[in-house]
Amino acid sequence: MSKENGVIYRISGPVVTAVGISPRMYEVVRVGDEGLMGEVIELHGDQSVIQVYEETSGIKPGEPVIRTGQTLSVQLGPGLLTQIYDGIQRPLPKLEETMGVFITRGVDADGLDLKRKWEFNAVAKKGDEVSSGQVIGKVQETETIEHRVMVPPNVGGKVKSIKSGTFNITETVCVLDDGTEIAMMQEWPVRHPRPFVQKYAPDVPLITGQRILDFLFPLAKGGTAGIPGPFGSGKTVTQQQLAKWSDAQIVVYIGCGERGNEMTEVLDEFPHLIDPNTNKPLMNRTVMIANTSNMPVAAREASVYTGITIAEYFRDMGYNVALMADSTSRWAEAMREISSRLEEMPGEEGYPAYLSSRLAEFYERAGRVETLSGSDGSVSVIGAVSPPGGDISEPVSQGTLRIVKVFWGLDAGLARQRHFPAINWLNSYSLYPQALDQWYRDNIAPDFPEVRTEISTLLQIESELQEIVQLVGSDALPVDQQLTLEVARMIREFFLQQNAFHDVDTFSDLDLQYHMAKAILSFQEEAKKAIAGGAQLEDVVNVPARTDLMRGRFEKGYEEKISDLVSEMNKQIDASMEAN
Amino acid sequence: MSGKEYRTITDVKGPLVFLNKTEPVSYGEIVQLMLSDGSIKNGQVLDTSDDQVIVQVFEGTASVDRQTGVKFLGDVFKLPVSKGLIGRILDGAGRPRDGGPDIVADEMADIIGAAINPYSRQSPESFIQTGISAIDACTSLVRGQKLPIFSASGLPHNDIALQIARQAKLVGSDDDFVVVFCAMGITAEEYNFFVHDLERTGALENSALFVNLADDPAVERLITPRLALTAAEYLAFEHDYHVLVIYTDMTNYCESLRQIGAAREEVPGRRGYPGYMYTDLAMLYERAGLVKGKKGSITQFPILTMPGDDITHPIPDLSGYITEGQIVISRELHQKGIYPPINVLPSLSRLMNAGIGDGKTREDHKSVSDQLYAAYAQGRELRGLVAIVGEDALNERDLQLLKFADIFEDQFLRQSRDEDRSISEGTLDLAWNLLSNIDTKYLVRLDQKWIDKYHPTEKSSNEEE
Ligand SMILES: Nc1ncnc2c1ncn2[C@@H]1O[C@H](COP(=O)(O)OP(=O)(O)O)[C@@H](O)[C@H]1O
Ligand SMILES: [Mg+2]
Repeated sequence: MSKENGVIYRISGPVVTAVGISPRMYEVVRVGDEGLMGEVIELHGDQSVIQVYEETSGIKPGEPVIRTGQTLSVQLGPGLLTQIYDGIQRPLPKLEETMGVFITRGVDADGLDLKRKWEFNAVAKKGDEVSSGQVIGKVQETETIEHRVMVPPNVGGKVKSIKSGTFNITETVCVLDDGTEIAMMQEWPVRHPRPFVQKYAPDVPLITGQRILDFLFPLAKGGTAGIPGPFGSGKTVTQQQLAKWSDAQIVVYIGCGERGNEMTEVLDEFPHLIDPNTNKPLMNRTVMIANTSNMPVAAREASVYTGITIAEYFRDMGYNVALMADSTSRWAEAMREISSRLEEMPGEEGYPAYLSSRLAEFYERAGRVETLSGSDGSVSVIGAVSPPGGDISEPVSQGTLRIVKVFWGLDAGLARQRHFPAINWLNSYSLYPQALDQWYRDNIAPDFPEVRTEISTLLQIESELQEIVQLVGSDALPVDQQLTLEVARMIREFFLQQNAFHDVDTFSDLDLQYHMAKAILSFQEEAKKAIAGGAQLEDVVNVPARTDLMRGRFEKGYEEKISDLVSEMNKQIDASMEAN
Repeated sequence: MSGKEYRTITDVKGPLVFLNKTEPVSYGEIVQLMLSDGSIKNGQVLDTSDDQVIVQVFEGTASVDRQTGVKFLGDVFKLPVSKGLIGRILDGAGRPRDGGPDIVADEMADIIGAAINPYSRQSPESFIQTGISAIDACTSLVRGQKLPIFSASGLPHNDIALQIARQAKLVGSDDDFVVVFCAMGITAEEYNFFVHDLERTGALENSALFVNLADDPAVERLITPRLALTAAEYLAFEHDYHVLVIYTDMTNYCESLRQIGAAREEVPGRRGYPGYMYTDLAMLYERAGLVKGKKGSITQFPILTMPGDDITHPIPDLSGYITEGQIVISRELHQKGIYPPINVLPSLSRLMNAGIGDGKTREDHKSVSDQLYAAYAQGRELRGLVAIVGEDALNERDLQLLKFADIFEDQFLRQSRDEDRSISEGTLDLAWNLLSNIDTKYLVRLDQKWIDKYHPTEKSSNEEE
């Protein structure tokens, strides 16, 4: 590899053109007297076009540009969890130490702490034949997560020596017969998917504790989902809910071009929130990437790749990983900004023509796979989309919807009514239920899919009836249809609405979700009987026990009380018939 | 500083000047143009290479010719900052406008402003009482928040901004706010309105003003808010002030941004605005907040007028995607004679949850605000229905909600320009009184325990037991 030096020819915002070097595409270079990090994104005659990951003001033509020979890579190994990085894997706490509270420039920082010692427990033995991706040792990285140290890609052979003990991540823990030394840390270029043996069709749900998601529009482990919505409709809250409560083992949360305070919120909250699956702080399983809207756009562009590479790395250990990117639109805009500086021929709305293929490549990195070591791991990807004016006919929304299998459509109207999560139940969809139904029957209840169908049918019917109500008022409907409206209202207010900020309501496990849905159907059935027996709809709807049932979901221990509450409701409904 | 003077202008296009054959010039460097009539214009480097330098001229390019001398000052734009900024009025480029002396700098601060490390931020959570019920109850403001006012031409956004500036206080603290006011392309009349009000209430001595008016150079508007925010950061993070930044009108700022983009022949994003407008706006709005280890804070109130009253227009749209909520002013309410005409339904404070509740405002605040929203939203929707089918078709619940919407607008929203309501007795108790017009069985957003404690009629019946 040749390390020639070139000079800056031109600077235009985050894009710098250099002459006098001939780097490879996507090679990392050092730009200017301060050695700012940049990446080669176009070669053009003797000019190399570079996107620079830091602010470029004050830099002049004629300053040096130096090749590094490396492509943009992340460091992978123990120490990723609980960390918060910028878009190019610089730990933000480290930046604070060296720069203070404002991010200045020209500071390098390793993604991982190279000095910290970890307890390495070898699981491979001398003489074992090992290959890429195989687990050779384990490190208890956090209280809940065991870090599985793998043979790096493109390496393999017979183990000559391997030792357990306390090491830092660059020390050799294993030597192969051919002399190859293996340490706990490996590096991987972010723009390349990590290898695996094969992809499987997802057949297990990613349980999120969010009723409308799990029950009506489920995501599978290894699946993809898009959440488009105008500002204030709940993209970030939904993403944070998933980061908190989904039953993934590892969570990678990317704040891509969004607000600084939202990242602070996660940092403040997660160490104190208890993971319902492990009873330990959620922070233990979380890696965060924060490249906020006011941080350099080139690093924003890189942030999603940094995130997904870290996610794949944990997948390769055999974990179920969930990745949230908030917001993929900001990533697309970063592409657009860079592309326009390159004076590329624009596609729709000024986005580069390769927008949709970049989106597809990104979501393609999701999936449930057989890892190189033969275990089962997955990356689920949930991308928020921020369509201008909330209109999803725009290129990023459309490009996303063509790829993802789940569409959680946020609705400004619902958000305005404070119906949260403001997911529109009429136009959202999931393509997974068929693949997941067997799992629900086996693990939750044999009639789970049928209950779901009944609930969603009621919502459909309601929307049709609403059209009539808009014309004639609800009193003009026959009583059975009025009852249907009441049942649908109950679905919306009691089941679909879920307050993310309420200690209890914020999470419902799948069993409870099922029982709540059954409670609604049970109300419908009893009410029908009672009305047929002469009860007034008004009385049936207003039985106090129904209010108790509905308000009860805000109280702890609801799952134990719900069946009693339902019996009491049914009893009172019966009684309303006799009262007449 | 005296650099070399070049006379190598090749092209002049809109606010941009192109020149060649220079020594290396830095990106972002400040430039002076010496015109043949002896006048001087200022600018900044937008693009630089060995062959060509592009300069954006703040005062516009009128009278610039090929003989105009161009000097590069060797540095990026900096503002002299000191505590002496307080009580001063500066123009849109940071020069005294009040006839006073130059600012004696404690420090020269780069006006672009570095990003706050997200790890170094502190979550805003101290409730600011504005004394305006619609805001305090439904879109509560906290210290360190950026909460824009989405308005439109002819609506009283300036009155609201000033009322907030006058009344804003932290309950149980006597820390005062320093106001940094930034005018971008507003009329002299609007400007006078602000200054007179600040004068009348004595707030002017506690304010720093950066003023670019409608007849001042349009391109200069691109730096005015950066100057204001640089001053705000200095006061907040070097001198522990709580700074309230009011800037108006963001719409004019965005127009200037569009003008530069067009002159550079950039590929435009939506409706002709540059594709980087989101990032550019974020670099202003994100300069609000609190940081670890510093006592001061920056709270931002940007005001923008929505072209055509359209909230999906790129200016409000991109703003709303960055700011921590929005206060939406409604023409319909204004026409009904309601002040402040705040439509709480599309309004939002994203930081509200952190700032309200027990020990901050009152334990029932969240519940009450949810219920107000829900009831008002449903009531308003029913108005549409009634227009078609008449009130007779409504059931009891709907009738109550319909009536509530009127009461809410007339008694809760409506208040006078100098009425400063306290959060507990002034705003939340009033909300309970109004909600008691609806049967409790329809008030599903209210926790039973708050009904038992605060409901004006239900609570007394409870106490008799
Ligand atoms: N599930 C939820 N429960 C309660 N409130 C919610 C929920 N989702 C959204 N909200 C409310 O909506 C506001 C905006 O949500 P947010 O996720 O920040 O929107 P977006 O990211 O789409 O702009 C939040 O501040 C909160 O008040
Ligand atoms: Mg968001």
